[in-house]
Amino acid sequence: MSGALPLIEVKNLKKYYGESANIFKRNPSVVKAVDGVSFTIHQGETFGLVGESGSGKSTIGKSVLRLSSITSGEVLYNGQNLHGLSKDEMRTLRPKIQFIFQDPYSSLNPRIRIGDAIGEALLDHGLCSKSEVRQKVLEVLEICGLATHHIDRFPHEFSGGQRQRIGIARAIILQPDFIVADEPVSALDVSIQAQIINLFSKLQKEKQITFLFISHDLSVVEHLCSRIGVLYLGTMMELASRDDLYSNPLHPYTKALLSAVPIPDPTLKRERIILKGDIPNPADPPKGCKFHTRCPFATDICRAEVPEFREIEPEHFVACHLV
Amino acid sequence: MENPIDLPVSKKKVKPNRKSSLWGQVLGRLLKKKIALVGLGFLIFIFLFSFIGPFFSPYVHLGVDPTKVNQAPSAAHWLGTDKLGRDVLTRLMLAGRISLTVGLGAMVMSVTIGALLGILAGYYRGIVDQIVMRIADILMTLPGIPLLFIMAAVMSEWKVPTEHRLYIVMLMLSLVGWPGLARLVRSQVLSLRERQFIQATDALGLRDRRKLLNHLLPNIVPLLIVSGTLSIGGAILSESTLSYFGLGVVPPEASWGNMITSANSLIDFQKRPWLWIPPGLAIFMTVISINLLGDGLRDAIDPNMKRR
Repeated sequence: MSGALPLIEVKNLKKYYGESANIFKRNPSVVKAVDGVSFTIHQGETFGLVGESGSGKSTIGKSVLRLSSITSGEVLYNGQNLHGLSKDEMRTLRPKIQFIFQDPYSSLNPRIRIGDAIGEALLDHGLCSKSEVRQKVLEVLEICGLATHHIDRFPHEFSGGQRQRIGIARAIILQPDFIVADEPVSALDVSIQAQIINLFSKLQKEKQITFLFISHDLSVVEHLCSRIGVLYLGTMMELASRDDLYSNPLHPYTKALLSAVPIPDPTLKRERIILKGDIPNPADPPKGCKFHTRCPFATDICRAEVPEFREIEPEHFVACHLV
Repeated sequence: MENPIDLPVSKKKVKPNRKSSLWGQVLGRLLKKKIALVGLGFLIFIFLFSFIGPFFSPYVHLGVDPTKVNQAPSAAHWLGTDKLGRDVLTRLMLAGRISLTVGLGAMVMSVTIGALLGILAGYYRGIVDQIVMRIADILMTLPGIPLLFIMAAVMSEWKVPTEHRLYIVMLMLSLVGWPGLARLVRSQVLSLRERQFIQATDALGLRDRRKLLNHLLPNIVPLLIVSGTLSIGGAILSESTLSYFGLGVVPPEASWGNMITSANSLIDFQKRPWLWIPPGLAIFMTVISINLLGDGLRDAIDPNMKRR
């Protein structure tokens, strides 16, 4: 995996919300949603990003595609810094980098027929002629498991799973080489989740698309991703290949998360690590290691110093003093 | 072929269903609202009365007739004649043409201006928003009727030909009417632009023109239809007010407003009610029908917003 070319490089990405102190505001109320995250996604792989709500997963996903601005850092796509491009340069790149939204209900315009919704970006970017659009839309509908007669219907006539397929079709018709999928299955019920996940595996195999797959569901991520990053309060805690992470988690937070994954075997006895309390307020994060307030192994150094994100084993990075 | 993701979609041919379109549903719901249909029915009647009616009247080309002054309603003149011997029924029809044209025209202009500026202000925010909305604020602080009076007085001073006055009145009414609509549209666009399907157009990299016209506009059309419909009533009323004061459409052109002017004279008011009751009733019925239809449309377009 490490031999592949990096397609996306995220370097020290920071996204702060709120105002810093100035003459009108004595107390700065800055929420550090993403606080210095770096990772690389190689050509053809699927990189998973996990973390609980409020950990900054979606913010990273949107920032990587420049759907939201960033405070500092760089996002390199094939070596170009996306956040440094002009509006026009960005527009010409858009078809190559696509986004799949979490909520299939609000991500489709209720007043546009789905055939038009899927095909319009092709026309708008001049990627194909008016006469070919319909044919191409029918092709992606087929790939995404929708029927051809769906093409002239409106979004409200579809179920959640079908709508998510439409969202996926809208992204892949542009033949992107990178897709950010922001919790694409979390709004769906379990039986539909499986179908959409299978669709993702099919796209990985057949289209060689590189994915950034954001999820809070570790079993979904295990199924789809080759490398995984674990986020906590806007900071990367652990980053490793899937097999490494699941068989040999090093960070206490990762261990706790993995111990919470349900395993369908009632006879299996295992040790659960129960985290106490909620994720701390990101406007007022703990000093030192951000996880120390909930970490069962925390020591004095954890409360005082921010742990460095180190490569403990080849391709296995951890930010923890105790490893 | 093994395809685990195939959905159990029915293979039978489903014919495209008219009802499935959002507008089909709106029509279906509107047809269930009796009061709105009564309003619609009366509006259709008044349109036919005003625009087709004069072709059946024998008095259209005659105009003034000194031998038949101030006659009471009779078989020959169903609503009597006025002080110049003109048939009141015929004038009522011709006045309807003008009042309805002014109402519709003013609505179309103010909706066009208001929607365009509202979308631009709401979507681009920043400096565009500031400029547009401050102009709107200024126009809204000016009291409407006095402003119209002043403009109408200027118009009289410049000796604008009577048949052109109606277009100027339209323009004036839309100038006063667009700021409210622009605010409405802007606030709607502000909320729409945060919705995911508009963010999705960013992710797809669509051109601004397509975002505004294909994605935002269709979502504010219901709002435009409802407030546009309701604003026709307001425009007809304002036009009547102006014309009543002799500042809008002036004689010899007839408008419902300037026909009511006859109620100013005590003798006409007491002895010749056929001069001022029909135009007054026409204004009242038209405006109330428009409001009933507009209310019905609002409920039909957005059934979740049902007030009551």
